Amino acid sequence: MSFPWANEYTPKVPLMKWIDERLPLPRLVYNAVGAGYPVPRNLNYFWNFGVLSGLALMIQIVTGIIMAMHYGANDLVAFGTVEHVMRDVNAGWLMRYAHANGASFFFIVVYLHIFRGLYFGSYKAPREMVWLLGLVIFLLMMATAFMGYVLPWGQMSYWGAKVITGLFGAIPIVGEPIQTWLLGGFAPGNASLNRFFSLHYLLPFVIAGVIILHIWALHIPGSTNPTGVEVKGPQDTVPFHPYYTAKDGFGAGIFFILFALAVYFAPNMMGHPDNYIEANPLSTPAHIVPEWYFWPFYAILRAFTFDFFFIPAKLLGVLAMFASILLLFFLPWLDTSPVRSGNYRPMFKKFFWILVIDVLILGYCGGAPAEEPYVMISQVASAYYFAHFLIILPLVAAFERPDPLPGSITEAVLGKDYDGAETAAVAAE
Amino acid sequence: MVRIGAFLVGLFFSGWLLVSFIMGAVAYVSEPPAPTAEHEFHEHPKHVSYSFDGPLGHYDKQQLQRGFQVFKEVCSACHSLKFVAFRDLEALGYSEAEVKAIAKSWAIKTPDVDPKTGEMSTRDPAPADKFPKPFANNVAAAAANNNAIPPDLSLMTKARHNGTAYVYSLLTGYQGQPAELLEKFPDSKTPAGLHYNPYFANLNLAMAPPLTADGQVTYDEGQPKPTVDQMSKDVAAFLAWTAEPKMEIRKQSGVAVIFFLLIATALAYMSYRNIWADKKH
Amino acid sequence: MATLENTASADGTAEGEGVRRRDFINIAAVSFAGVGGVVAVLPLINQMNPSADVLALSTTEVDLSGIQPGQAIKTTFRSQPLFVRQLTEKEIAEADAVDASTLRDPQTLEERTVDGKTQWLITMGVCTHLGCVPLGAGEGENKGEYGGYFCPCHGSHYDTAARIRKGPAPKNLEVPPYSFTSDTAILVG
Repeated sequence: MSFPWANEYTPKVPLMKWIDERLPLPRLVYNAVGAGYPVPRNLNYFWNFGVLSGLALMIQIVTGIIMAMHYGANDLVAFGTVEHVMRDVNAGWLMRYAHANGASFFFIVVYLHIFRGLYFGSYKAPREMVWLLGLVIFLLMMATAFMGYVLPWGQMSYWGAKVITGLFGAIPIVGEPIQTWLLGGFAPGNASLNRFFSLHYLLPFVIAGVIILHIWALHIPGSTNPTGVEVKGPQDTVPFHPYYTAKDGFGAGIFFILFALAVYFAPNMMGHPDNYIEANPLSTPAHIVPEWYFWPFYAILRAFTFDFFFIPAKLLGVLAMFASILLLFFLPWLDTSPVRSGNYRPMFKKFFWILVIDVLILGYCGGAPAEEPYVMISQVASAYYFAHFLIILPLVAAFERPDPLPGSITEAVLGKDYDGAETAAVAAE
Repeated sequence: MVRIGAFLVGLFFSGWLLVSFIMGAVAYVSEPPAPTAEHEFHEHPKHVSYSFDGPLGHYDKQQLQRGFQVFKEVCSACHSLKFVAFRDLEALGYSEAEVKAIAKSWAIKTPDVDPKTGEMSTRDPAPADKFPKPFANNVAAAAANNNAIPPDLSLMTKARHNGTAYVYSLLTGYQGQPAELLEKFPDSKTPAGLHYNPYFANLNLAMAPPLTADGQVTYDEGQPKPTVDQMSKDVAAFLAWTAEPKMEIRKQSGVAVIFFLLIATALAYMSYRNIWADKKH
Repeated sequence: MATLENTASADGTAEGEGVRRRDFINIAAVSFAGVGGVVAVLPLINQMNPSADVLALSTTEVDLSGIQPGQAIKTTFRSQPLFVRQLTEKEIAEADAVDASTLRDPQTLEERTVDGKTQWLITMGVCTHLGCVPLGAGEGENKGEYGGYFCPCHGSHYDTAARIRKGPAPKNLEVPPYSFTSDTAILVG
């Protein structure tokens, strides 16, 4: 699409030609994820996680549609119908374990995809829109995952729904009406369960739609690459198919192996035992924790323990938790360094790894009970999180002296004096 | 503009978090949180090994039958098993006729409607029925049990961390309250009607020790001696099965799937190297 | 997947032996993945079959003691209506008077009942045309021109052995598998 040397779609079979002339769908696919999309030749394995995220979404949609065939979204029977899936439906246990673990794996690959973008500066011009749409997908995923977790109507489902909708209760004046509006009652109940089911079924298709926009926006400038240097000529790229379809096929194999290990041998490892207890509005679990993929944000929420003059701590926590995600929307304008890749940014690189460790610490604290020392640790870790994006990155961009960049992708791959045959086509620098 | 705004927001959040941290740390040092009896005396489940541990584990049907016998003669008086049907017992090695006999002779009857009068009545359970509940509802359960509702056991081993070992430990863990605990926490004396058990989260359990004497349940010839330890182990195994009846097929198909995926991935890797063979990258 | 030829041409270099060996690996990988995909689809299809709890309810016991000759009851088997009728001597005689070979679905009453219990006619209450419930089991319902059952949807008439005699239905009313557990009780299924 984007580069003049991209392969042109030429239908081989008359049927495809006939279709292409009337509805150029084959051409669209060919240009989007086929041989018609030129991709930098030097992508490393971290570039596998976009395709893997799409794969995880497909797994969720397929297993989810199947489970919806057996599930009953009614607070009296929901828990029992999930057990019905587990015990009586043919291969139902497989569908449910694949769906439950699929959610975790979806987040694992998406987090790796996001951190790849953070390290290699994928959010920078001209790819801001790709980044923003990706964040929209991330927010939709979080909403979908949260509502999906409510559906089995276990103890964590119920109390998770209560606590998370309670966040909106922190908003002054309109908070409580919003909370009862979200729940359709004063506490989670049948009305909440039904609307969450409806939206949980809808949102994945919205996600799929935004993914199309995400890929569309990506194809305008084309993929970035580990050097962060833009593509300069045909020698810098290879066609997506077969080069990256083959590499993604291998990546998918590794993904499926890890996924199968979880589904078949440790299906409840990433779940919480309390969700095998039916929801009981009269008894709160000892420690309410969300699913692991929300732990870093949950830690930020709980880190605020003191009122700031007229702002209550509860509201501060809620604001900070939302801010911790929303600030990522401003990232392209906060990190103004002209160098994309962290490989050539010595100072940025150090802070990046501090951020990774910081988020892991936040995750650990978010899953731990709300006691000391976890609260104090999450306070320091949350402070770093905000400082990293809002203070450190703009300063690093201003003061850092980046390492010299390679002249081109091909030069980075083959060394300065690369083979003449490939040099012939190098664009003037 | 964006960067100035961001700087101020960042300064606010980070600054206030650090202030909170310092205030919290001062409070933590000046008044360290008091230890609680639960914190100090709660114990993790004992280590216990089963035939169904590990990626190739199988249920031991003899053990499950023994465990079922313990459940039938002891637990089922108070605890329901509402997600399990009598027909499921065929997985324990009982024949269709045996399952039918078990269902028919089950002490608790299945609620039904009299087909002639339309009034509420009961009938013998059939193999297709779930295990009938010992109490009609939670109010009845609480009233009969000193206000504590005996939980349903179908999923018990999945509803606790390390659940099978937890059930075993709980059943064998009843003991007198340690003198040391009372010395340290004089207010934590086990209240009347509760029972001290260090494997229970808050140490004091409403359930009286259910398995108290060796030989409480009579096992068939050729089975291990029904000691309290053995019975606890067996009933925990039975509850592992009720919680995860599809475990064997899950693990077996898992081995086949992993085997297939390893080959497929190896082929995919070779294909990938092959396609990239003449492209340096 | 569809463009394996591309794979070889994109390699662009190797010739003869090399091309064949390389193609073989690609084809093997793609076919292996394809087989895996097909196998993975099987449970996705199988999950729509009746679940274990549905199958467990697939037998029905019927108490015959309250049914007088000439009466029928309507009960359910596999969530569908089941007609249990005790025939009168006259109805049996009527059914036997017909030459089975002249019927659309040739069957004698004896073939449709248990030996020695010819008076008990147990059939599904599902018209073999398009699945409506025929009339005739209830007191005072239209039994059709042949005194058995009559399906009002499209006008199929069944005789006293519940055999199709007139109308669009292709088959006799289905006799489900059943057995007598005592003189006055049957187990269907």
